[in-house]
Amino acid sequence: MYNKGTIIPGLIIFVLLITFPLWFNAFSKASTAPKIELPPGGQKECVKPAAEMRAQHMVLLNEWRDDVLRNGNRVAVTAGGKEYRKGLQTACMACHTNKEKFCDSCHTYTSVKPYCWDCHLTPSVAAAKKETN
Amino acid sequence: MDMQRRNFLKIAGVTALAGISAPVVVNLTSSALASSDQGQTAVAHPAPSGAHGEDAPQGVRLGLLIDMRKLYGHPELLDKATAACHKVHNVPKIDNKKSEIKWIWKTPFANAFTDQSNNHASKTARENDFLVLCNHCDEPPCVRVCPTKATFKDKKTGIVAMDYHRCIGCRFCMMGCPYGARSFNWMDPQPFIKELNPNFPARMRGVVEKCNFCGERLVLGKEPACVEALKEVGAIVFGDLNDPQSEIRRILDKEHTIQRQAALGTKPSVFYIV
Repeated sequence: MYNKGTIIPGLIIFVLLITFPLWFNAFSKASTAPKIELPPGGQKECVKPAAEMRAQHMVLLNEWRDDVLRNGNRVAVTAGGKEYRKGLQTACMACHTNKEKFCDSCHTYTSVKPYCWDCHLTPSVAAAKKETN
Repeated sequence: MDMQRRNFLKIAGVTALAGISAPVVVNLTSSALASSDQGQTAVAHPAPSGAHGEDAPQGVRLGLLIDMRKLYGHPELLDKATAACHKVHNVPKIDNKKSEIKWIWKTPFANAFTDQSNNHASKTARENDFLVLCNHCDEPPCVRVCPTKATFKDKKTGIVAMDYHRCIGCRFCMMGCPYGARSFNWMDPQPFIKELNPNFPARMRGVVEKCNFCGERLVLGKEPACVEALKEVGAIVFGDLNDPQSEIRRILDKEHTIQRQAALGTKPSVFYIV
């Protein structure tokens, strides 16, 4: 083989450069998959199985929104012997009180930017200007 | 030959004349016949339910009756109702006529009942403010003009509701509403809310908002916030306008009530005793 001395190191450098994203991510700590924590309240059951909630919660939220606002169906849902009023603030955040952990950790990881909190109040925001009702 | 041509022209002329005038004659005679019929048919069949004498819509039709006699001389009670409503619904307080957000508020008689105001109004009408809110009309103009169906009439309750998720902030509804019952969020309202109700959302910049007849409270078996706030004087009665047994109907049957701008044909669900 001619020019063995340059071709082989060149090939090695080329392969390293091409695979850069793979090995860089393997050692990088920049984006680690979010760790899942159970809600602090100790509630074990959600309104639907966890796997379904993980994959389909946005669909459920849309259904609830349409039920409550459009179809006038505000009937509460029961899970684990507890009743929840359909709604982000009244149901979800009642258990998952930490929006940063519960919502943001995955949404940031997957680069999803839902507009829920433009209007809806996170537990921490609501607690900052507390009013009992 | 000459005579034949003359005859031919005569016949042709008469035929043409008859042809031209025939439709006119037919029209005249038929309309004369129709008009002579009309008197009888009108008696036989009463006018079909169209613009006039229409039946009230069926089903639950929530309404409000404000007995202003119990509120005269007590502007603090009007403020109390406003405060109760605005607190429950996270309505911001913005001290600026252009940007302010109102669900229920007080206004002079001439502004509340623009078609009833005159130069010789009574002292009561001149000196007192009146409590006004969304009328939850049977024929809501705001719903007709909304391009996204963000505002709509709930068929089960008659509430004119808003779906803020759909509102694009075009403000057609504010043009449509003859009562000024809608407010636009010119800026993020959250910094202007003093106390937050954690069980109700706020709104964002760029949407229109209004009274929702406390739909979220009704389902919990509570009365609307304004009704509850004025419970001690019993100035506001809330109930189903289509239920003959309801308290609101009992009072409506007994007392003379007025509506705001009834002549516009929006058929408001909010009644006033003044």
